[in-house]
Amino acid sequence: MIRAGAQALWSHWARHRLQLLVVIIGLALATGLWTGVQAINAEARVSYDRAASALGQTNLQQITRADGPLRLADFVALRRAGWLVSPIAQGGLRGTGLEVLGFDPFTAPQGAAVPDLRGAGDLSAFLVPPGVVFVHPETVGRLPDGLPPARVLDTIAPGRLVTDLSIAMQLLRSDTLSSIIVLENQPQGRTPLSDLDASYMLSAPSEGSDIARLTDSFHLNLTAFGLLSFAVGLFIVHAAIGLAFEQRRVLFRTLRALGLPQRALVGLLAAEAFVLATVGGSLGIVLGYVVAAALLPGVAATLSGLYGASVSGSLSLSPIWWLTGFVMAYIGAAAAAGSSLWQLSRLPILAPAMPRAWARANARTARIQAFGGLGLLTAALILGVAGDGLVAGFACLAALLLGAALLVPTALTLIIRGLSRFGTGVVTRWVWADTRQQIPALSLALMALLLALSANVGVSTMVGSFRGTFIGWLDQRLASDLYVTTRTPAEAAAFQDFVADDVHAILPIISADITLGGTPGEVFGIKDHATYRDHWPLLEGAPDVWDRVAAGTGVLVNEQLARRDDLWTGATLTLAPDWRMQIVGVYSDYGNPAGQAIIGYDTFSARFPDISPLRFAISADAPAALRDRIVMDFGLPPDNTINQEEVKAFSLEVFEQTFLVTRALNVLTLGVAGFALWASLTTVATMRLPQLAPVWALGLTRRHLATLEMGRALVLALLTAVLAVPVGLGLAWVLLAIVNVEAFGWRLPMQVFPWDWAQLLLWALVGAALAAALPMRSIAKLPPSELLKVFAHAR
Amino acid sequence: MELLHATDVSKSFETGEGPLQVLRGVSLSLTAGTSLALTGESGSGKSTLLYLIGGLDVPDAGHIRIAGTDIAGLDDPGRAALRRGTVGVVFQQFNLIPSLDVAANLAFHARLSGRHDAAWTAHLAERLGLSALLSRFPEQLSGGQQQRVAIGRTLAAKSELVLADEPTGNLDEATGDAVMDLLLELVSETGAGLLMVTHSMRLAARLDRQVGLRAGVIA
Ligand SMILES: Nc1ncnc2c1ncn2[C@@H]1O[C@H](COP(=O)(O)OP(=O)(O)OP(=O)(O)O)[C@@H](O)[C@H]1O
Ligand SMILES: [Mg+2]
Repeated sequence: MIRAGAQALWSHWARHRLQLLVVIIGLALATGLWTGVQAINAEARVSYDRAASALGQTNLQQITRADGPLRLADFVALRRAGWLVSPIAQGGLRGTGLEVLGFDPFTAPQGAAVPDLRGAGDLSAFLVPPGVVFVHPETVGRLPDGLPPARVLDTIAPGRLVTDLSIAMQLLRSDTLSSIIVLENQPQGRTPLSDLDASYMLSAPSEGSDIARLTDSFHLNLTAFGLLSFAVGLFIVHAAIGLAFEQRRVLFRTLRALGLPQRALVGLLAAEAFVLATVGGSLGIVLGYVVAAALLPGVAATLSGLYGASVSGSLSLSPIWWLTGFVMAYIGAAAAAGSSLWQLSRLPILAPAMPRAWARANARTARIQAFGGLGLLTAALILGVAGDGLVAGFACLAALLLGAALLVPTALTLIIRGLSRFGTGVVTRWVWADTRQQIPALSLALMALLLALSANVGVSTMVGSFRGTFIGWLDQRLASDLYVTTRTPAEAAAFQDFVADDVHAILPIISADITLGGTPGEVFGIKDHATYRDHWPLLEGAPDVWDRVAAGTGVLVNEQLARRDDLWTGATLTLAPDWRMQIVGVYSDYGNPAGQAIIGYDTFSARFPDISPLRFAISADAPAALRDRIVMDFGLPPDNTINQEEVKAFSLEVFEQTFLVTRALNVLTLGVAGFALWASLTTVATMRLPQLAPVWALGLTRRHLATLEMGRALVLALLTAVLAVPVGLGLAWVLLAIVNVEAFGWRLPMQVFPWDWAQLLLWALVGAALAAALPMRSIAKLPPSELLKVFAHAR
Repeated sequence: MELLHATDVSKSFETGEGPLQVLRGVSLSLTAGTSLALTGESGSGKSTLLYLIGGLDVPDAGHIRIAGTDIAGLDDPGRAALRRGTVGVVFQQFNLIPSLDVAANLAFHARLSGRHDAAWTAHLAERLGLSALLSRFPEQLSGGQQQRVAIGRTLAAKSELVLADEPTGNLDEATGDAVMDLLLELVSETGAGLLMVTHSMRLAARLDRQVGLRAGVIA
């Protein structure tokens, strides 16, 4: 019984291959975009962690010298005194942009990302000159001549050469160590550090994955985009599955009249949805892999440029993300088939054969849908204005998009009703009336189009605002030419002498870790200088803000702190139990998760007499030349000197990359929506014969009818695109003003790009024209006998 | 043997203008191997009654016994089993499964009920003049051919009670007569009971008994 029923139900697909294709492609696209974005995110995170924890520097303590660099002798002395320590030499390889990391295989902590040297002969090859350098597969091509033989290892961070300590020191032409790490379990009875040498200092593990936090904003945006794409794909699947149900209504009646139990029918259809989801999901995961692999080089460049994060440009297949891909596909199929199945399981047998009842139910559904849409928009408004927290932000986002999508059919019906006043000719009136009648059949595709277009507007607006604001902010924040970090107070003093003749201004940057509003934060002391007065990115400030900071009567706080603790200009900031100051201004501080305060240099020195400046902001005529001198002649590692010109140029390049990635995703989503529209138009075309045939019989040519069909598709797409602009702006606003603030504590001002909207409208029209082209052709070529069948009652 | 026995069946529908009482206490019966014509003007409730007997819908009140079972006491799966095993319905149109060819349609009901008999089905196809059409799809058949397939499908499953709702309503007189001949011939051959709704007094006269439905009761 079940077999016969299944055969009858599924034979439908054999006769409707196109529809089957639509369902599967819809599911594949939905899952594919989602998993692709997830794969990119996951890959980037793995890369950060790999880079950060190459030798466990992120979770182990380190020993440094207060009076200068560490040497091998320090390591030997510490080992002799009973300390379990391991030396590291790390630095840039001149002229290559590559980084060398040298370690000692006998003392280095196991695990981490240290190459495994336990194979036969591995250790001796590693130690005995010329030695071996381990590199990520991608780095191989970038290696200069004259290096030891390279071996490829996936776990090495891209751009890094891992080798033996002594070989690293040769490559770096240095006789100093960059750090000595302290292993976890230290033996009892070792000589205390201060007895060995008073200048040894034990420092806490380095901050960990700063990069991961900085890039979170970028990944959050990508995730939001993945979700949107998924939603668009779902609409396609819903439309296709819904259509497959509609078309089989008579079949359902026949099957049940012949005694197939309701439960068996529902079960078979659920199994069908499951199979479709599995096939579509598998294809989607492959597609996601392709999307991710295609976009990853761009994303990798974006991230490495933007935050100095090194992301491997190739992809590894993690079971987690293909599993979540399947889960998403099943959720999608369940959501798409669920409503139809539920309806079917409640309908009396004969109802499917009564189109009137369905039509009435549909009118009611449309009304419920419109009210639901209004309700959701209201909820979005309330959440946006009064909501609190990241969850409320995302709920607001979801309510906005879903509400807008649900309102599409009603809004279009109303608009077309308004427009139909302007047509007087009999054909025009028929076209408007017919268009209105067609909206329910196309509504899901139009909703998908609206979502895709508004995602487009929203994400472009967000990325554009991000770029505009960020570049301007960098200009202000990095007003000096060079930023130099010295390693010890002695080096700082020598450095100031070294550069004194070549600079216009050298401003010390001095900071201390303190508690701000109960959480760890930083306080900075700044000299009173035009660099700050003219450029510092203040969001708000008292009129005499800089005088008061210099005079020690006012403090500046960053936006994060101001938002978190609601401390704005005029409020009082507690820096310590006995130390309060009035806030005279708030500045933007993008990408920094912690609270920050700025006070006058003298006030700072009085409070923290032990802290002397190690970092300097320098204005000079020839910053590039000066930088070379600082690296070559003064001997600071290249990473300790930042040239703001380069940073800015780099940032600009990076944003172009970001744009490329977003544009690629935009094109994909639009393509998905166009596909949905095409599928709907194609399937609707076959069901439109009863409407077209009478008009044709009354004297309109098939070509005329086809042209009208095309015009109709274009009008609907244009109207949807116009509706999408405000929705997209709403989306961008929620992302920038709510989600970003809740997630990262800073708010990006929104900028609008009307020229982009015009382009988008054009693209929507092109998409609709392409989608309508084939159905239009088939109407123009329809054999009259097909049209006549409509009148010949019998099918 | 009493195949069908309906007593005091009533049924109403909710409409926009309030409840519409269609059947007001209908009683009728049918023995195996005989045929009964149900007539009445359009909208009198013939189809409604037929669907109630076929277990496609549930009456508001009254009892319907088929082969000794009161179908009012059956739940949904029970009624489905009744339709698979005992009753076969031939609708006025749109009877066939559009995605299956004629051969699969013919065998379909029998397969559902687990009583598929290839020789019997082939014999029926032969008798119904469908042998040359077995690999066609329903949309490639004429209306009369489609109805012959629908009748064959019911008989192939060896249904004891055949319910037909104007099976020749869409056919011209000659084709309709031919289909009727076959239906009556095959029903008497298999010993099944036939309840047929028809508008045509001429067709009704060819059946063993005739009853009319007027104002919700058997006149
Ligand atoms: N689901 C329903 N909802 C409301 N009214 C219904 C429904 N089904 C049938 N009716 C009404 O019940 C009455 C009887 O319908 P039925 O289809 O049984 O008539 P019929 O005798 O078969 O007519 P015909 O000869 O035209 O087929 C009609 O007035 C019809 O409008
Ligand atoms: Mg009827």
